[in-house]
Amino acid sequence: MTAFFTGLIRLRRGPWEMLATLLIALGVIMLMQPFVLWAFTWSFVVTLVGTVMFIITSHFPE
Amino acid sequence: MTDTIPASRPIRRRIRALSDRSIAWLFVAPTIFLLLAVNIFPLIWTIRLSFTDFRANRPNREVEWVGLENYRRILTDPDIWNTMQVTAHFLVWTIALQVLIGFTLAWLINRKFRGNDLWTTLIVLPMMLSPAVVGNFWTFFYQPQIGLFNYVVSFFSGVDPSSFTMIGSVTLAPWAIIIVDTWMWSPFVMLICLAGLRSIPDYIYEAAEIDRASKWRQFWTITVPMVLPFLMLAVLFRGIENFKMFDLVVQLTGGGPGSTTELASINLKREAFEKWRTGYSSAFAVILFVTVFGLASIYVKALNKVKDR
Repeated sequence: MTAFFTGLIRLRRGPWEMLATLLIALGVIMLMQPFVLWAFTWSFVVTLVGTVMFIITSHFPE
Repeated sequence: MTDTIPASRPIRRRIRALSDRSIAWLFVAPTIFLLLAVNIFPLIWTIRLSFTDFRANRPNREVEWVGLENYRRILTDPDIWNTMQVTAHFLVWTIALQVLIGFTLAWLINRKFRGNDLWTTLIVLPMMLSPAVVGNFWTFFYQPQIGLFNYVVSFFSGVDPSSFTMIGSVTLAPWAIIIVDTWMWSPFVMLICLAGLRSIPDYIYEAAEIDRASKWRQFWTITVPMVLPFLMLAVLFRGIENFKMFDLVVQLTGGGPGSTTELASINLKREAFEKWRTGYSSAFAVILFVTVFGLASIYVKALNKVKDR
């Protein structure tokens, strides 16, 4: 866990890509869940942030 | 003849004078131009339209810039939310069944037996068919009076074949499309799992045998972890494909009865080409595009991980 946060601070690709992947997955789940409308409403923003983050962070050093 | 020879010489000379880099660009340029014209330009145009109230059936009407209004309306619309839930139901069940059936088939086919190749070819046949053809002949299979499916169910359960209709029933129609998609695409998951199973070296099993590991333990500690990256790849690929599913379901149910099988792409087509709300449907298309793009990014990352193994 410490390595993950250190990687985030040092702008390393691995942890940032992991974070972006989690955001995309969370956004997709929010988009398709049948429980609360507010999660559906905010799903696009979460997915968009995750996707843009993924594009940017995939250029970070290993 | 004598005229053309001197004319072609300078062209030849000019071509010879081109650097390797220029020649490479000369070959790649048509592809780049096509990509820009067919993919990038429509994408940018769609994003632009998603901020307007443009209607394609009234091209001369003044187009108004509405900002994020289309996005706000889509993301607070209970009907669109319902469509996404229908898509989720389709997605979750097709992937779960395809993984289960695909992996089981791969595990069985991986054992050496007579007629192995023939069985593989027969199993792979459904995914080679066109979705329109599959949708068409499954509508006949699902016919209550003459359909093969109803007779098979009746044979095993004793229920009267004409007492139920798969496509016309609100409760059964979502399962009808799941069954067809599973039938068609389980072989694809099987092929990917088979590649994973065949990549496991025999010496790992031999070492496990020496350590007296049971078959069950070998399966859970060797087979499953080694095949998992391949399985993840299959899940992501099928997830992306089924998220965009259109042709098969349109051919089978057309989104009905009511909107019980109306997947996101079918709803999008209705908004764009039946209600002619082009701006609104463009915003919906952008939302679906971003979701698929995000999933595709994860897919590419998973693919690279498998390649590195």
